[in-house]
Amino acid sequence: MSTQHAKKANEFVKLTDVVDRHDATFWAVRSKRDRMAHEVPEWEDLRAAADMIKKHTVTHLADYLGRFAENARRNGVQVHWAKDAAEYNAIVLDILRKHDVKKVVKSKSMLTEECGLNDSLMANGIDVVETDLGERILQLLGVPPSHIVMPAIHITREQVLECFRGHGIIEKNGRQAADSMGGDLKTLEAEADPTFLTRCARYHLRDNFMTADCGMTGANFGIADTGEVVVCTNEGNADMSTSIPPLHVVSMGIEKLIPDYKSMAVFQRLLARNGTGQPTTVYTSHFRKPRPGTEMHIILVDNGRSDILGNADHWQTLKCMRCGACMNTCPVYRRSGGYSYSYFIPGPIGINLGMLRDSDSHYGNCSACSLCCSCDNVCPVKVDLSTQIYKWRQQLDSMHHADPMKKTISEGMKVLFDHPGLYTSALRMAPVANVVPSWLAGLAMKPWCEGHDMPVFAKKSFHQLWKNGLKEDSQK
Amino acid sequence: MKVGLFIPCYVDALYPEVGVSAYKLLRSLGIEVDYPEKQTCCGQPMGNAGFQGKSEHLVKSFDELFSGYDYVVAPSASCTAYVRFFHPRIAGHECEAAGKTVDLVEFLHDIVQVKSLPAKFPHKVSLHNSCHGVRELGLSSPTERNIPAFNKIKDLLKLVEGITVVEPERPDECCGFGGMFSVEETGVSAKMGLDKLKRHIATGAEYVTGPDSSCLMHMQGIAAKQQLPVKFIHVAQILSSGL
Repeated sequence: MSTQHAKKANEFVKLTDVVDRHDATFWAVRSKRDRMAHEVPEWEDLRAAADMIKKHTVTHLADYLGRFAENARRNGVQVHWAKDAAEYNAIVLDILRKHDVKKVVKSKSMLTEECGLNDSLMANGIDVVETDLGERILQLLGVPPSHIVMPAIHITREQVLECFRGHGIIEKNGRQAADSMGGDLKTLEAEADPTFLTRCARYHLRDNFMTADCGMTGANFGIADTGEVVVCTNEGNADMSTSIPPLHVVSMGIEKLIPDYKSMAVFQRLLARNGTGQPTTVYTSHFRKPRPGTEMHIILVDNGRSDILGNADHWQTLKCMRCGACMNTCPVYRRSGGYSYSYFIPGPIGINLGMLRDSDSHYGNCSACSLCCSCDNVCPVKVDLSTQIYKWRQQLDSMHHADPMKKTISEGMKVLFDHPGLYTSALRMAPVANVVPSWLAGLAMKPWCEGHDMPVFAKKSFHQLWKNGLKEDSQK
Repeated sequence: MKVGLFIPCYVDALYPEVGVSAYKLLRSLGIEVDYPEKQTCCGQPMGNAGFQGKSEHLVKSFDELFSGYDYVVAPSASCTAYVRFFHPRIAGHECEAAGKTVDLVEFLHDIVQVKSLPAKFPHKVSLHNSCHGVRELGLSSPTERNIPAFNKIKDLLKLVEGITVVEPERPDECCGFGGMFSVEETGVSAKMGLDKLKRHIATGAEYVTGPDSSCLMHMQGIAAKQQLPVKFIHVAQILSSGL
């Protein structure tokens, strides 16, 4: 009776120091977020507005997509439509080939992760360089992100140093980095100094910005009224990626649309406050038209989103703006880490999106929720995350993914709870015969007893106490 | 006013004294209390495990048993929330009994609006704000939300003579019980429980108290295993301590 997530989480949780650090890191982010939320008196009104704007937009998606595409074209942007990951990857490859692109610099995009773009481009001989520092570290390490906003949060600076050494980044950029800080190269390197490592990465990335033939970005928002996209970063890497190469390709999920600037103002106030506890992202860049003499393309990607829209229980996941707050607050995510989840997006939203993507592969994440409902209360667009996870659990049996033990226990409970006579006699027997009633059977099982002592059965249940005195008392 | 007392299955079997305390409290306030003997469970254990459908009959029986009372009162936040919010979804229509099912704390605070109690409890207690009490029933303001802070449990405990009420750091973070969650996700559940317990103990309190015995049971099981020096008591037991 252990799911895919539980098995990995049980391993992770043994590393007490790692778990405690992981938990403390994300709790600190949650705390920063709380302070920000409490500094804005109209915070709950903003959430309500964001919820309504997203509901409105995704339920009028065809209209807004049409308007967005028309305005983008009018701005001189080339607009493409991709129905799935394969079509999307093919469109990107086609654009890049037409421009004879050898190297792409990329700012962070979960959509490209979702579609497996990097592998597709590399397989076709195109060099892809992630330019978000966290993403670049992971790319060099060859591991996936463990969080959608802070993807490399689980990597230590010593690991970063090791990785940079292995890729010749220290050798090539270390001297310049140390000089720029007025420090000693050997000392800085020995200490795995974070500023030193960041500067090494900066020089390393600048080389790549200068030599790339194409810059790719995602889009945090697409504004229908103006046909522009908005990209939020803290490192300015999206701006570097788009300012130098002669080609800018934007990848955007169709649910990223919002109607107008007024709506944008609502989301701008929520996104960074809620995601990382910053009043705003350091860079909020609006891209409307190609720079003179260059090309700009926007690829609008469905890849299952239309199907989600038609799903009565789960369509509201389309409101998500990927701030990551539900992960930060999730007590299970904080103690099990991103890699315990089978889908590349972990935490409450990831459980739901993974099930929507491919339930056969990701049903093992549905156990990763104590139904504490904290995620529902931090979500800036009010996605009913925990209710949706509860609903998935109800569907597992018909998907043939229900745990047989849980099914047996539930069937036992049904018999007992539907028959009060049976229930009361089970209660009477429990303390005497030391028999565990079936609905509490889970508590007597080995896994529970690894962490807990068994609760002690009362000598007399409330039922018996009622019959032996309270009932008479109540009639006085 | 006539109240139907709902004593959820695990309270019935493991913590009947919590039911007795709730009964005594209600009676002391001059409320007529009845306990329909054919009651069993709210159905949450099945729903939590993914077999909500198996509680359809139970939900129907619950409504038949309890719809005749002015209020249905239960000393258990999570079961109350399940009845009130999930029974109508399972039945596919409004349920009369579910609509008037309240947790004991809500009943005393909002409906009876008690202003004094004869209770005495000269101890320091750390308040455990159970998730479903906080985020489904609204017994206190969730820390995630920017709304004026309140805590109905604390309000009631303040009526008790001699008591010192404190809250742990992260006052409404989950203890990791979650019903079937604690059996299925043993590692994370136990870690959450231990972390929570340590924060309760760090307050220097002798007791951990709360409106939900299931959270207390989980933490009690871990405390016993780890031999941690703290006691557990349901809010109803403190409020009824003079009776």
